[in-house]
Amino acid sequence: MEIALACLIGLFFTVAIYLLLSRSLIRMLLGIAIIGNGVNLLIFTVGRVTREVPPIVPDGEYAPLEPIANPLPQALILTAIVIGFSLFAFLLVLTYRAYQELDADNTDTMRVAEPEDSPRPPLSY
Amino acid sequence: MAKTPLPKNLELPPAMIEGATSVADWVIVWPIALPMLGAAVLLMARKRPEWQAPFAFLILLATLVANVMLYLRVQAEGPLSMTMGNWLPPYGISLTADSLSALFSMVSAFILLIVILFVQSEIETRENKYGYHPLLLLLLTGVSGGFLTGDLFNLYVWFEVMLIASFGLLIIGGRKIQLDGAVKYGFLNFLATTFFLIAIGFLYGLVGTLNMADIALKAPQVEGGAIAAVAALFFLAFAMKAAAFPLNSWLPASYHAPDPAVSAVFAGLLTKVGVYALVRTHLLLIPQSHGQLQVVMEVVAGATLILAPLGAMAQTNARRALGFLVIGGIGAMMAGLAIGTPLGVFGLAAYAVNSMLVMTALYLVVGLVERMGGTSDIRKLGGIYRANSWLSIMFIVLVFAVAGLPPFLGFWPKMILVLAGIEMQSFWLVGLILLNSILTSIAGSRLWAHIFWRDGREGVNSEQINTKIRPLPQRAVVWGLLPTGALVAFIIVAGLWPEPLFRAGGDAANDVRLASDYVGAVFERVPETKGEGE
Amino acid sequence: MNTVIFRTVAPYLAALMVLFSVFVLLRGHNEPGGGFIGGLIAASAIAIYGIAAGVDEVRKALVFHPIAVAGLGVFLAGIAGLMSLFVDAPFLKGLWLFLELSDGSELALSTPLLFDIGVYCVVVGAISSIALALEEDEETR
Repeated sequence: MEIALACLIGLFFTVAIYLLLSRSLIRMLLGIAIIGNGVNLLIFTVGRVTREVPPIVPDGEYAPLEPIANPLPQALILTAIVIGFSLFAFLLVLTYRAYQELDADNTDTMRVAEPEDSPRPPLSY
Repeated sequence: MAKTPLPKNLELPPAMIEGATSVADWVIVWPIALPMLGAAVLLMARKRPEWQAPFAFLILLATLVANVMLYLRVQAEGPLSMTMGNWLPPYGISLTADSLSALFSMVSAFILLIVILFVQSEIETRENKYGYHPLLLLLLTGVSGGFLTGDLFNLYVWFEVMLIASFGLLIIGGRKIQLDGAVKYGFLNFLATTFFLIAIGFLYGLVGTLNMADIALKAPQVEGGAIAAVAALFFLAFAMKAAAFPLNSWLPASYHAPDPAVSAVFAGLLTKVGVYALVRTHLLLIPQSHGQLQVVMEVVAGATLILAPLGAMAQTNARRALGFLVIGGIGAMMAGLAIGTPLGVFGLAAYAVNSMLVMTALYLVVGLVERMGGTSDIRKLGGIYRANSWLSIMFIVLVFAVAGLPPFLGFWPKMILVLAGIEMQSFWLVGLILLNSILTSIAGSRLWAHIFWRDGREGVNSEQINTKIRPLPQRAVVWGLLPTGALVAFIIVAGLWPEPLFRAGGDAANDVRLASDYVGAVFERVPETKGEGE
Repeated sequence: MNTVIFRTVAPYLAALMVLFSVFVLLRGHNEPGGGFIGGLIAASAIAIYGIAAGVDEVRKALVFHPIAVAGLGVFLAGIAGLMSLFVDAPFLKGLWLFLELSDGSELALSTPLLFDIGVYCVVVGAISSIALALEEDEETR
């Protein structure tokens, strides 16, 4: 199971890095989304994949009756999903605004902050 | 719900704190909780722009007082820790402060207090409405949280809080250059935190815990290449956050885009959290990784030290040039990390304090210069000295401080770093630190000569007076020049009387070296029986 | 998207979704659900209503600005953590208050619930402000 998951994570990362290396912002966004899922899967896998029952204590008991799965990786993944989702939403809006304002989806032509033809620094002093 | 009584035969390991927590321990919560609640209140009061500034100022004042109390407490009694939600460590999330984190958190609050005054000189009601003050407070929440947390995953969360607040601050106003800068800043920083998350995942798989003190106990026992790979991932993620060469490209692409006050806060605070995280991971959590990565650290430090001031010299935009000087300071701190001895950490902590104060002040001064000249293009500036000599004095003092010339503040940390390098016999690193000082002073004094010293603009007769310079409006003098002057005066006094800085840096280095104190503070409340059981 | 059917159904659908989101929020302590997922459902309701009735209408219906709602959420969550100051316990300790109702049943109020309500408000505020901003943009084009 771990080997299959590891291969899947590798696939996720491959796709994500390929997309992130693209010049187009919308592809980079997709890459961000996919790398986030890859990381979540990674945390899930390194938290040990077991066949135990969910970590829920039955009503009226104080401790689980049988061995349970480790709930911590799931909590970490949940947090990471929430944060990744909100940042993705923000980046999506930002990219959309940048596309409208700068009329550029291509990072090569986004040169407002760092002008391509920026003048040379003064040579005096 | 909980109606059935506890069964007699139930044997659970202790997980909850028994006994009361002293209210005095809450001093570690206030530096995070106060700005967070303040930001929340200001977000709700968005229809009352006139309340925003006074309320934010009061909150920041209270935060600074809380930080000072925390620092004094840590100085007097050693590291302080509180585990949230009544859980025992390592089950709960710990907040842990030692001299290093308390010092950084205190300086951050001080810087934000100055900047919140400076902000009054430049914002309009429109920006006020869009949440300038709440975002600044939220940024401080993230920064303080990052410094004071004792849990690695919690550190990730604070990084993201910081990131979201800084996104917001970057695009307030919505000018094209800001959107462009924000895209680059956003994507690259998000990638850095993703690397951090990957490293957290692997570390959890190796040691099975995320509490920093618990990791510091368990990670040194892990053998083999896996932990070294994890440490390298941490180094990659935090070096990207700290904008060390060659991962620095996001900083000069974005720091000159927002308003000067926002640039100043970014330059003062954001990269330092990355440096702090590097110190934590490589000297406290996974100490064996420092030896394995030392060569990489030295190369990164050396390259950053040299290339950053060279980059600063090649800029025509004053604020972009300052961005490269920020990176140069990161190089000096990386050198302290690469040396890694108590003396090296001493130099790192002292240099970080210096860099936080001085870079913030430099951006504020340049912000005022931009107000007078209407541009940040150094070819079109010139003649500010004639128009406002105070600004030019402040700028040259700050240039000396950032370059590390005596008797200004930057000299002392650089001296410590050089001593530490000599002690470690890494003479080429010492040489590069000194070369960085020379190059930085050349870059800085070139800026000073172009912006302040010469009379006219580029290309015209240098005797001709620059007519585009306007005097500062009254509002900018009161709210802009006075706080900046106060900060510069503080820097000068701290440079002439460096004993507090020495004491603070020495204590910080001591606390980083004594990992057992840090661990002890966290596990103080855990009953004795627990340790052997596991 | 702006068909008659959709415009007629959308208010009822949105109301139902908000109701369901509160249900999900309240059952979240011991069963699947909670503030985050409830907030997402409520934010989708607001987004749907925005598509159908227009963003101005939604803003009028919401009374408060979404960002102010998010601020309220952060405030509630912070207050939930600070409650434990008064019982000499560390930050964020869960505190419970059991109220006996007249019909013999029990109403459990707790700081985790308050925290969850805070999360709900944050998610509703943040997500709906993003959604409304995007929809507003779509309308003006």
